[in-house]
Amino acid sequence: MASTPTLEFERPIAELEKQIDELKRLADDQKLPVASDIAPLEQRLQSLRQQVYRNLTPLQRVQVARSSKRPFTLDYIRLCFTDFIELHGDRAFREDAAIVGGWARLDGETIMVIGHQRGRDTKENLKRNFGMPHPEGYRKALRLMKLAEKFHVPVLTMIDTPGAWAGLGAEERGQSEAIARNLFEMSRLETPILATVIGEGGSGGALALGIADRVLMMENAIYSVITVEGCAAILWKDGKSPEMRERAATALRITAPDLLENKVIDDIVPEPLGGAHANHVSAAQTLRDVLIKHLDELRRIKPDKLVRRRREKFLKMGQFLA
Amino acid sequence: MAWFRKEKKPRAPRPQRLEIPADAWEKCEACGHTDIREKFIRNLNVCPECDYHRRIRAIDYVNVLLDDGSWEEVLGDIRSVDPLSFPDYQARLKKARTVAGEYDAILTAAGTLAEAPVNVGAMDFAFMGGSMGSVVGEKIARLGQRSLERKHPLIIVSASGGARMQEGVLSLMQMGKVAAVLSQLAERRIPYISILTNPTTGGVSASYAMLGDAIIAEPGAVIGFAGPRVIKQTLGQDLPEGFQTAEFLLDHGMLDLVVHRRDLKQTVGRLLRHMSGKPAATGWAAS
Repeated sequence: MASTPTLEFERPIAELEKQIDELKRLADDQKLPVASDIAPLEQRLQSLRQQVYRNLTPLQRVQVARSSKRPFTLDYIRLCFTDFIELHGDRAFREDAAIVGGWARLDGETIMVIGHQRGRDTKENLKRNFGMPHPEGYRKALRLMKLAEKFHVPVLTMIDTPGAWAGLGAEERGQSEAIARNLFEMSRLETPILATVIGEGGSGGALALGIADRVLMMENAIYSVITVEGCAAILWKDGKSPEMRERAATALRITAPDLLENKVIDDIVPEPLGGAHANHVSAAQTLRDVLIKHLDELRRIKPDKLVRRRREKFLKMGQFLA
Repeated sequence: MAWFRKEKKPRAPRPQRLEIPADAWEKCEACGHTDIREKFIRNLNVCPECDYHRRIRAIDYVNVLLDDGSWEEVLGDIRSVDPLSFPDYQARLKKARTVAGEYDAILTAAGTLAEAPVNVGAMDFAFMGGSMGSVVGEKIARLGQRSLERKHPLIIVSASGGARMQEGVLSLMQMGKVAAVLSQLAERRIPYISILTNPTTGGVSASYAMLGDAIIAEPGAVIGFAGPRVIKQTLGQDLPEGFQTAEFLLDHGMLDLVVHRRDLKQTVGRLLRHMSGKPAATGWAAS
């Protein structure tokens, strides 16, 4: 179980894990009865995890959401679904590996799954562009959604991106138009859409997969209009210091409970103790059950009613005085 | 007695010099051309020398587009609140209301364009950089609803740096809200024309700005998803000349037209007549 900590606040947990592992190994080697010594340590580990994870600050949540140890879209696809066949390309310019998608089965029934895909190492991140799609990624996503609609298959999206890519080619090929088109088409797609923010929901690049009948968030995921770094840099001319980033993370209200309170999402998917990265299988199992539950409800609604309700849902968002 | 006498002419009063107060002059931000403010205004605030389209206010766009005396503000009493208790937001709102006006970052109006009824939403960069929060989203949604009910075309003039950070993810969701209305307009075949002015970036460009049945931009307007500064940062190199200008977008197939401000009304009018199955207006067909 021992793992190198990537997150500062997880260090005590990792150290205790290491201690327990060493003790176990020692016991194995020398055939010593240490069970009675280990039990209290494991109990302490449990309560330490609880203590750390119950009291995450918004900025720590950002770090968890971005952690490369968390399950990514392809991990959830492998763990939640069966019979996955990946489909590629936007049929206009090129394949964008920052978004993956294809046919799969949830509980035996065909679905179309589409999600941002990040990379765990440098090589994969180059291929996936750190989960930041170009316009062709969004156009591929839309092509797959239309394909699903054609065959009356529900669409499940997984959101996990720092944002849409900001670069020359992306602008030349119409990043704005690609995102806008997805929002427009998703608000009239006549098939159920179920979106889950699994990690970082970064602004318009996230929303382009996020116009759904139900929007779910993993417990430690975040969803924001701007990165905390960007917000702190614009407002307080300091996007780097932990203090200003924490201030921005707090002010922007980006955690799952915040979004539930502001009626932007519909449900929070609980993560195993210590976060989804502590136990991919258990995180995926919970997500799978929640997806099945919501999809069962959505399947019962006629397509035209689904679209009407989906629009009404987004029309209600926002707060103002009238 | 002198032989010659200098004839004393009564001194003619000096011809009155036209006094122009110092603050009546304006300078073009692009070419430095200096002219009387009146001249700029008569030219719709386009530089008479270099055609630079200067930034104008929401009400100016409404006046440019709609027939004189034909329009009234609608949905004027929707106000921003501070849903997240965001640092300094209340103070910024208060200041923006004093500086720019009460209608937040968009002025919504109903009137006629060449005698045909239309609904216009004109964004105002002077109000917190034209940022889109709940109010901008709601006003556009309701204006769109009005268009649906009356079957009147919708025109939106964008001028915005993007979503309003101070309302967090609620601002982001306004992109979805407006898209939901626009998809209904599309299904009911009610024309929607999007006019992009300087600047149109971020969440506004990535939603209603790029969804028009016709998309028109003013010359030189900066239009893009990411701001030029952000892209420069990610690339670590200078951007090509003219990158993200209206002309650049036209070249890349992202716009239908780049139109001079003085031709804006006529162009929109002609497009709307095409899309509503009406005959050409007299006097316009030839141009």
